Amino acid sequence: MPILEVRNISFGYGLHTPFAVQAIDNVSFSIEKGECVSVIGHTGSGKSTLMQMLNGLLKPDRGQVLLNGKDINETKKTAAAARFRVGLCFQYPEYQLFGETCAADIGFGPKNMGLAPDEIRARVQKAAAIVGLPSEKLEASPFDLSGGQKRRCAIAGVIAMEPEILILDEPTAGLDPVGREEILDMIRRCRAEQGATIMIVTHSMEIAASISDRILVLNKGKLHLSGTPQEVFADTQKLHEIGLDVPSYTRILRALRDKGFDLPDAYTLPDAAKLLCRLLKEGGRT
Amino acid sequence: MIKDITIGQFFPGESFVHKLDPRAKILILIVFIVVLFICRNFFSLLLMLVFSFTAVILSRISPKMIWKSMKAIVVLVIFTALLQLIYNDKGDVWWKPFPNGSFVITSGGVYGAIFLIVRIITLILLTSLLTYTTSSTLLTDAIEKLLTPLKWLHVPVHSLAMMMTIALRFIPTLLREIDIIMSAQKARGAKLDTGNLGQRIKALVSVFVPLLVSSFRRAAELATAMECRCYTDGAHRTRLRRMRLGWRDWLAGGVLLLVSATAVFTSFYPIGSTLIFQAVIS
Ligand SMILES: Nc1ncnc2c1ncn2[C@@H]1O[C@H](COP(=O)(O)OP(=O)(O)OP(=O)(O)O)[C@@H](O)[C@H]1O
Ligand SMILES: [Mg+2]
Repeated sequence: MPILEVRNISFGYGLHTPFAVQAIDNVSFSIEKGECVSVIGHTGSGKSTLMQMLNGLLKPDRGQVLLNGKDINETKKTAAAARFRVGLCFQYPEYQLFGETCAADIGFGPKNMGLAPDEIRARVQKAAAIVGLPSEKLEASPFDLSGGQKRRCAIAGVIAMEPEILILDEPTAGLDPVGREEILDMIRRCRAEQGATIMIVTHSMEIAASISDRILVLNKGKLHLSGTPQEVFADTQKLHEIGLDVPSYTRILRALRDKGFDLPDAYTLPDAAKLLCRLLKEGGRT
Repeated sequence: MIKDITIGQFFPGESFVHKLDPRAKILILIVFIVVLFICRNFFSLLLMLVFSFTAVILSRISPKMIWKSMKAIVVLVIFTALLQLIYNDKGDVWWKPFPNGSFVITSGGVYGAIFLIVRIITLILLTSLLTYTTSSTLLTDAIEKLLTPLKWLHVPVHSLAMMMTIALRFIPTLLREIDIIMSAQKARGAKLDTGNLGQRIKALVSVFVPLLVSSFRRAAELATAMECRCYTDGAHRTRLRRMRLGWRDWLAGGVLLLVSATAVFTSFYPIGSTLIFQAVIS
């Protein structure tokens, strides 16, 4: 049984006003335990809205969200409980920090779960270690951290709840390449060490290709494409239809192939690099 | 619920009300509010209510939306109505829960409460219509024009008008921001919508701190952006659109004057059935 299953959900904002928007339109998919799934799509395609329905913050107008086979919107209580089981870290989470110290801020979630102080402290330490926040920073005010550290502190706040599924809404937005790699490393660590089930919303094809087992492509509230990175990026036509593209290195490989080099497709940077190195060594056209 | 508050937002349109001169709209609103508070009986109040209803219909703004946005202030309305019900002891006693008569419900209290509710609804209908139908640029221009006489007293009219517009403009932005922050904290289990009253109030800290921080950030960003575009105070700018009073403005103003005169007159010299409620409300 999939850990999370979404059946035909739809959601509209501001219905009955001149600003009505159908943000999500009849979307279905499911996530298996331990999977890492990327959600890509243009600005305004409904990614954030979709994520907020997965943890019960927004109630779909139609359709169901099943967590371990049970509808999370059955009662108000189950919807509230789902917030701890599906950890959602919002876009630009650093703007939601408020604690006097980082430790207090990270501990906010566990505290709301009603855990004992010792347990909270242990979880704060653990979460800080996972995101790579230096432990001496735990006693500092979150407002004194650098941008990247703030981001990691905020993500730790969600990880500390030890949710069954971790959802990160554009975790790398607005970070420099180093900050971005750090976040991606953190996600890889989370998966390797804890076997976490993770969903990532991103604008970057490269991130989606390199980190995920599966990709969901949203367009104007509808599920446009879904599948493994190989499947999704093989369907270039359908990506181009909505103005998206394959990762940059895949484009390079394809351009070389058009010039007559014998190269297969590759969707992650290391794979592409390997192919190119081999090509350089062999050096010849076929 | 926060999403339903649309006060301060602008809904573009081509209706009669949209096309009114913004200066006329502001003046009409001011006169209307003054008269509304002079009204002393249901007859005159009804006249004012009809006036604002007509305005809403003419504006083609969905009444459903205005109603939704009004639901947000229901608490305030109920509270004032309750006070009126409890403290007004004029008129006949209708209900006496305690034998010693320390607390009674009187006809004056009941009429007074209803009167207040209708008055607040009437007030909000027309007031919200101003920002619904006027873009913030036009609104500033109008405020600035109307305040021009104060310039001679060296009052920084332009800055005042700018400040008012920015404040109005940012109401929806801040509401949206509150909404996002609240959702984000709820995602971490903040008891904003699930806890008891004490827990909810405590959880509000987690909303207000980030909100305050981001308001300052926004203000600083806006200031920088304005400076980058060489904004200076009181520079003599020409306008893209000159405001001119037209037949619509004279018509609307004329109708308002007629309605106001009748409302004020009947408030002091009640005729016929309006007499019934006169005593209890004044
Ligand atoms: N609180 C809200 N009220 C009204 N409309 C909203 C609200 N939040 C989002 N929308 C609208 O719903 C649609 C989907 O928005 P959403 O934030 O889910 O997009 P997104 O894919 O996350 O975009 P981005 O990549 O910019 O984060 C957009 O058209 C947006 O304008
Ligand atoms: Mg988003």
